Amino acid sequence: MATDIPHQTTSETTAGGELVRFEKVTKRFGATTVLDRLDFTVSQGKHVTLIGPSGSGKTTILRLLMTLLTPDDGRILVDGQPLDAEVRKKIGMVFQQFNLFPNMRVLRNVTEAPVHVLGLSKDEAVERAKGLLEMVGLGGKLDAYPTQLSGGQQQRVAIARALAMRPQVLLLDEVTSALDPELVAGVLDVLRDIARSTDITMLCVTHEMNFARDISDRVLMFDEGRVIESGPPEQIFGAPEHERTREFLSAVH
Amino acid sequence: MKTWDWSYTGHVLPDLLRGLLVTLEATALGSVLAFLLGLVWALALRTPTRWVRWPVGAVVEFIRNTPLLVQLFFLFYVLPTAGITFSPLTTGVIGLGLHYSTYTAEVYRAGIDGVPVGQWEAATALSLPRRRTWIAVILPQAIRRVVPALGNYVIAMFKDTPMLAAITVLDMLKQAEEAGAESFRYTEPITVVGLLFVLIAYPTSLLMRALERRLGN
Ligand SMILES: Nc1ncnc2c1ncn2[C@@H]1O[C@H](COP(=O)(O)OP(=O)(O)O)[C@@H](O)[C@H]1O
Ligand SMILES: [Mg+2]
Repeated sequence: MATDIPHQTTSETTAGGELVRFEKVTKRFGATTVLDRLDFTVSQGKHVTLIGPSGSGKTTILRLLMTLLTPDDGRILVDGQPLDAEVRKKIGMVFQQFNLFPNMRVLRNVTEAPVHVLGLSKDEAVERAKGLLEMVGLGGKLDAYPTQLSGGQQQRVAIARALAMRPQVLLLDEVTSALDPELVAGVLDVLRDIARSTDITMLCVTHEMNFARDISDRVLMFDEGRVIESGPPEQIFGAPEHERTREFLSAVH
Repeated sequence: MKTWDWSYTGHVLPDLLRGLLVTLEATALGSVLAFLLGLVWALALRTPTRWVRWPVGAVVEFIRNTPLLVQLFFLFYVLPTAGITFSPLTTGVIGLGLHYSTYTAEVYRAGIDGVPVGQWEAATALSLPRRRTWIAVILPQAIRRVVPALGNYVIAMFKDTPMLAAITVLDMLKQAEEAGAESFRYTEPITVVGLLFVLIAYPTSLLMRALERRLGN
């Protein structure tokens, strides 16, 4: 199964080196400063989870990386290069609301970008897509339209769609928040699998603390646009130092 | 004098049906033109360059706010003085298509705005090129939503085709008028023309309403 999943490590990337770097990144919406000179890095192959109260700027970070927003100040480097449309191809994203293309069948949702962005042949793209859809447990739904699937199934298609681009970094923004409770586990299991069996880098926003504990190498606690505490999951969940972290964790549990 | 003469009705019917074909042809070609041009306007009105947006916006507003009949006369009588001459039917098709394209542009705009922003974001996250995003993601969803609205403009255009009689196109109304002028009986041909319009327009509008229900999620 691991062969279906991205392993891409470009020559210029040294294993364990920095893949994502935020340097004094500031983002404002009107008068409110959402991110204030934020610094953080994510190393190659690591799984980093962002936690923190709603409105603390977690989604903003992912959207900046995806170039859906531009910073007002500071800079973002990915694999040592300033973020632009070309560098963005190293990044994949899964959204809270899935955002599958409803006018395309499942298979084409997954082949569309590999064919038209990476230049894969139709056959190569179909083969890659089938492998990934198999992996997320939807090998039997290739010809379905997204609206014929449950939310959990749609989200798993969205994961396959992102992975089909062989990104180096996968951004996950509360990917189970829009799901009915009984569908959450299926999606998280797929992500656990990917985290365990590939060397893809993950930057993950989630309120699923057990999941965060399982997959994370590092957890960043956010509050008011700043990292107030970071460390391995055992430390953040087991012995948080910051009062705000303790409050937040007891509130979500 | 009889109030309704069936044999005279039978006599004028072939000419009226020939006129109906012209009417349908004008509607079909006018619609194709309106669909294509409207899409061009809608996309042009979204370009970031205001040197495209403003002139297109001005032209669209101008056309939308002048009567179709005036436009037809302009195309038919004024353009030839500049050396541009088309057949009456072609002139009519251009007039209808141009006029209605300003309405279909608005329909497309609403359809495009109705595509959720998440679709654009997903396309960006996959690095789909702009062109591909429009062709494969946005327009198929936008157009699906607006098929009934476009259909309603086709019906409206169909009912506007008698105006082409004013520029000598031998549509249904013109045929009826000529038949009437020949025999001094207008009742039958004009009534039949009205009935034919109803017979076509009403079922079509019912179809559009059904389509609207089916597509409206
Ligand atoms: N497009 C936007 N326009 C204005 N304000 C925004 C926009 N996006 C986010 N915000 C504001 O920025 C803050 C951080 O938002 P977000 O990054 O979504 O937080 P989180 O994901 O941690 O809940 C919130 O106060 C939110 O209201
Ligand atoms: Mg968020």
